[in-house]
Amino acid sequence: MNVAVAKTGKGRAVSDLFTSAEGRLPGSTAVTAVRREAFETYERLGLPHRRIEEWKYTDLRALVGEVLPLAAAPDAAALKRAADAVKTHAIAGARKLVLVDGVFAADLSDVKALASEAGFKTLRETLEKDAGLLKTTSTDAVIALNAAMATDGVVLDIADGAQLSAPIQIIHIATAAAASAFTRSQVTIGKGAHATIVESFVAAGSKAYQVNDAVIVSVGDDADVAHIRLMDDAPDAVNLTSHFVTVGANVKLKFFNMTTGAAVSRLQGFITLAGEGSELFANGVNLLQKTEHGDTTLVVDHAVPNCVSREIFRAVIDDRAHSVFQGRIIVRPDAQKTDGKMMTRALLLSDEAEADNKPELEIFADDVSCGHGATAGALDDSLLFYLKARGLPEKQAQALLIQAFVGEAIEQIADDSLREHVIGIAERWLERRS
Amino acid sequence: MALLEVKDLKVRVEEREILHGLTLTVNEGEVHAIMGPNGSGKSTLSHVIAGKPGYEVTDGQILFKGEDLLEMSPDERAAKGVFLAFQYPVEIPGVATMNFLRTALNAQRKARGESEYSTPDFLKKVREVSKSLNIPQDMLKRGVNVGFSGGEKKRNEVLQMALFEPSLCILDEMDSGLDIDALRIAADGVNALRSPKRAMVVITHYQRLLNYIVPDVVHVMSKGRVVKSGGKELALELEASGYAQFEDAA
Ligand SMILES: Nc1ncnc2c1ncn2[C@@H]1O[C@H](COP(=O)(O)OP(=O)(O)O)[C@@H](O)[C@H]1O
Ligand SMILES: [Mg+2]
Repeated sequence: MNVAVAKTGKGRAVSDLFTSAEGRLPGSTAVTAVRREAFETYERLGLPHRRIEEWKYTDLRALVGEVLPLAAAPDAAALKRAADAVKTHAIAGARKLVLVDGVFAADLSDVKALASEAGFKTLRETLEKDAGLLKTTSTDAVIALNAAMATDGVVLDIADGAQLSAPIQIIHIATAAAASAFTRSQVTIGKGAHATIVESFVAAGSKAYQVNDAVIVSVGDDADVAHIRLMDDAPDAVNLTSHFVTVGANVKLKFFNMTTGAAVSRLQGFITLAGEGSELFANGVNLLQKTEHGDTTLVVDHAVPNCVSREIFRAVIDDRAHSVFQGRIIVRPDAQKTDGKMMTRALLLSDEAEADNKPELEIFADDVSCGHGATAGALDDSLLFYLKARGLPEKQAQALLIQAFVGEAIEQIADDSLREHVIGIAERWLERRS
Repeated sequence: MALLEVKDLKVRVEEREILHGLTLTVNEGEVHAIMGPNGSGKSTLSHVIAGKPGYEVTDGQILFKGEDLLEMSPDERAAKGVFLAFQYPVEIPGVATMNFLRTALNAQRKARGESEYSTPDFLKKVREVSKSLNIPQDMLKRGVNVGFSGGEKKRNEVLQMALFEPSLCILDEMDSGLDIDALRIAADGVNALRSPKRAMVVITHYQRLLNYIVPDVVHVMSKGRVVKSGGKELALELEASGYAQFEDAA
């Protein structure tokens, strides 16, 4: 059979993406083989499009077109700009781990302060020894591309019983325009540990860049974890992120995602509740304007009995923006007494705003309590009028009600300075509204 | 000086005319009462003055301090000094009362080109006013009107009135749902705001409220018009004879 060379939208061969980057991709020969195989998977599949069921609402061929070449490793000027961005986006008191254009920046990170609290390596370091972190059983093209191209990431190991005094903040900073950064990280949280992990995505003056990130999380028994992701990339950027989370027994895991940036974004999370008695609370907020497209896709797999999962996804959609929420709850045959619920709430600020919502329940056990619900609507006119009658101009009245809507999700963040940080990001989004 | 002049106002809601040529003049320093049976258009009048959407003014005009009020957005009217204490104040979950009060006050001041209140000045002012109205501080931390009793909601309206210092206060059925003690507190709050520069329009179905807020002028409204005006004794007359005589006249 004759296989035509797949071309990108601009006529470049797709394989150029890999061959031109290969010299810069870290790892042993074993790693290179894994990367090659992953790239072949990606080449075979191409960017996901609407006829792939999981990507029905987020057709990357139409929305993104092509994957941009690998960003150059940051030079001194780029690191200088990144350092300024760190000052703006760091959470007070947090331990910072900074990735600039997909490369770990030790000088901008708090490696020393972290050393007493958690084990830390870079992905680059681990790939010198083995390819384990790049291996995946997924058949998703975006994930395969990430395995092929990942340049760096953080590998965190939080010991059993560790009680982290401050959040760990992983900051992804883009300084290179019209280029891609590929990162892959792993966070292992020991039994009984208490930790707050924050991931921030920001731009340092960069434009039209692409991010492809993957995070592998494993949470040990009895741990108490807050995992917060704040995606505030440049308005013309692309951010594709995949999370693989495995949860032990009697865990409390609070996940929070807020999307305030990127022209096109997707967070796809695959969470397996693998130990009994655990509780997952997932809260998401998509704040979208202009023609932004924000997709949150979450698969929660109840593999064992007696776990609780709660997902509440809020979207505030302005102008001609498009928000997508796909939630699937899988309850395996053994997973009796599962309590799994998901809810989406969309606030439509314009007639052309669009919200797609695809909840799916795949239930193979009989003694469970599962469900989903959805609401969508505009701001309440009678509340708006009350505020205006008290002197608030239209935009300010709207802002107050939007803050109230989003605040219900944000107020569940326990750490004070982190919560203030998140409120600040939401307020800046409101100020950007035209 | 005339503060509010409503001239031959005709208003439609959903294709139906509710106000059929209403005329009313309120001067600075005066307290006017508007009385009338349910459905006579009292709330409609108050909403049109405040600028609520959904009302179509087909004829007539409303002047406030000589300016055309109907040309202004609701927030512009508020900044100019129009205040409507709602018959049914809405609940706004997630917007803390204190934050709302400060945002609203500063928005009005900004629109008037005045400087914003400093935090200590603002807090001092709120504390003074809420104390006189018997509003506990923890109520101000809650969402606007969320979980407030009927009396608390009305007191919250009077609190805003005291804070914003409007020149025209329209009180729509302030007495509805209030027991006598709650009514007295709210009425005392309103009376404390009477001043030669400020006018009030007290809308009520019952004469009872007018024992506490004594008006200078009483108007009787029926079927979308003012059908009779007089002194405060008109309220007592109505209490004795009812609205039936005016309904025939209208
Ligand atoms: N939003 C509305 N839609 C349709 N009819 C309305 C609306 N609001 C008021 N009305 C009608 O207008 C008339 C006057 O109502 P309203 O101003 O509330 O009277 P009042 O306050 O004197 O009791 C009533 O017949 C009422 O049914
Ligand atoms: Mg009424």
